[in-house]
Amino acid sequence: MGKVAHFILRRRGAHGSGKGWHWTDVFTWVWLIGGLIIMFGPAVWLVFSSLKTPAALAEFPPTILPYVTSQATIEGYDKPLMLYDAKMPDGSTRVLAEVRRIGLVAQMVDPKAPGEIVKVNINDRTPVRTMSFATNNYTEPFVHFDFLHYLWNSVFVTVVATVITLVVNSMAAFALSKYEFKGRSLAMLVILATLMVPLSVIMVPLYSIISTLGLFNSLWGVILPTVATPTGVFILRQYMLTIPDELLDAARMDKASEWQIYWRIVLPLTAPALAVLAIFSVVWRWNDFLWPLIVLSRRELYTLQVGLSIYSGELNVQWHFILAMTVVTMIPVVLVFIFLQRFITTGIAGTGLK
Amino acid sequence: MTTPSLASLLLGPINAVMRIIDAPLRRLQKATGIGGMATFFLAPNMLIFGIFVLLPLVINFVYSMTGGTAFFLSERDFVGGAQYSRLFECQNYLDPMSCQEDAFWTAVGNTFWFVLLQVSLMILTALITALILNRELAARSFWRAVFFFPVLLSPVVVGLIWKWILQRQGLLNFGLYQFGMDPYTWLTDRNWTFAATIGVSLWAHMGFYALIILAGLQAIPKDLYEAAEMDGTKPARVFWRITLPLLAPNLLVVVVLALIKSVQVFDEIYVLTGGGPGTSTLFLTQYIYETGFASALRNPGLAAAASILMGTVLVVLTLIQLGIGKRGENKGKR
Repeated sequence: MGKVAHFILRRRGAHGSGKGWHWTDVFTWVWLIGGLIIMFGPAVWLVFSSLKTPAALAEFPPTILPYVTSQATIEGYDKPLMLYDAKMPDGSTRVLAEVRRIGLVAQMVDPKAPGEIVKVNINDRTPVRTMSFATNNYTEPFVHFDFLHYLWNSVFVTVVATVITLVVNSMAAFALSKYEFKGRSLAMLVILATLMVPLSVIMVPLYSIISTLGLFNSLWGVILPTVATPTGVFILRQYMLTIPDELLDAARMDKASEWQIYWRIVLPLTAPALAVLAIFSVVWRWNDFLWPLIVLSRRELYTLQVGLSIYSGELNVQWHFILAMTVVTMIPVVLVFIFLQRFITTGIAGTGLK
Repeated sequence: MTTPSLASLLLGPINAVMRIIDAPLRRLQKATGIGGMATFFLAPNMLIFGIFVLLPLVINFVYSMTGGTAFFLSERDFVGGAQYSRLFECQNYLDPMSCQEDAFWTAVGNTFWFVLLQVSLMILTALITALILNRELAARSFWRAVFFFPVLLSPVVVGLIWKWILQRQGLLNFGLYQFGMDPYTWLTDRNWTFAATIGVSLWAHMGFYALIILAGLQAIPKDLYEAAEMDGTKPARVFWRITLPLLAPNLLVVVVLALIKSVQVFDEIYVLTGGGPGTSTLFLTQYIYETGFASALRNPGLAAAASILMGTVLVVLTLIQLGIGKRGENKGKR
């Protein structure tokens, strides 16, 4: 145990001796623990909140875990009644249901013997609370609202855009890395130059092009402008440059067509770079917001991101649904993060691209 | 692979399709030669690129010189530089309210302060985080993940998480309540909302920059530190004399990258505040979006002119970045 603790709490120590606490050790741990709370706390809070009933969400001060006040249906009363722990004058506690409240006195009944009314001072009773997960926050938006549509649209856009991105970008990268032709450096320059053209700069004319092509209010209008990513061409080209040309020449001797060389030889060898691009593309397209917001104006076409933002901007925000759907929107990215973090972090550290 | 795996089941049909495509492509190859195939491979990407990136880039200039509310260029009248002069018509450039397009200048001012504060805080926190993650830590990849995790979240999710926390009944007020303070409606206060936009974007993106700086730190040769240790150099001196100078090129790239992203700030802030209260968190991209599409008095020409002005700033920043990158490369070669 001592060794483990020593390993986990490895520190510089006073005078660099490894013993005691140098101020940088203290600072490191304050920063790390503070970071843990600030970075994870909000997301954890979101998940807990998403399991609360609207009544529990409106409470202040809030509870961390989702609690609800217990209710019971009692003979002779139409509506379910709230259950309370009531302190009796003799010092004992009974579980009673509140019928009505008059001033400082609550009229209560025993659920087992509903005939007799017990009068209790309101300060002597506390609500009976049990933990309960409001799972219908998750099911209702899918059943009664359009969220199933939104989910499907998001999945469709993400998958189709990623597949097209991989095919189109890898073909271009193949041409730019394995052929000598006139205009190659021009093509490369154009692609690199557009790295600096963000959507926010071209959204007005892009919108008019999309409308002219009849792609307004179509998921294809969301997909097509995003698929020719300069980033993707760049990553793949850099990787393909490392594939020896002799391999291609040998295949040509064996009467392989150029398409076969691309498909059977170069693509499999580029798999690691393709994987990185695929992961990035999935995250990008899943998270896209501004462009879908512009192109899609019909409710049934919204992606999750657009649907969420529209619903959360309404006057009577139904937070219990919004929070649950936010969690749903977060899930794929969290899965990607947990399982593929290594690819992403090395991808970013290597290229500086997000 | 002895048993048919999931991968081979998936690849089977794809391989079949590729084989069918191969026959006509062989004929194409015979007609054009191997060099011609390069054009074929490049064509789809360049076509999409041309239509959806290059063409908009060019007609953006045309747009910025036309007026009216129609979106089709043929229905728009040529107005010359009127949109630009409308943007720049001001009695006093320091007071947005004296300008004809007061929203534009408010957005410019907000974006300026946002970029200044957000980028400097971003670099500071990212540098500290990277330095800490570069220490001999147990479970370093876990800690790296902690700081990196929000980077992948969608801006909408980020905006909603924080909107929920800054609510009147939110977590922040709950914390204050625990310390006996009164709850406050943060998102109705101009200054607090502006501060929140900076804090939220720090939360969402800091891990990204920390990761790049960390890569830079790990590229510094270890023997330099060993030599310094043998000479008994003080740690503070090691930081100022070895770490910082060797990190400088990397850090400059990060600064410019952060500037470029920061100027375009939109998504998470739009979801969090919608630009409000009032216009206190209206930034440039939102101004362009609302002028071009969302407002009742939409004016695509004006939005195009504003986007070209913003694009100019971004191009300058990118050129600086490329310049730094070149210098760094040359240094590496020497």
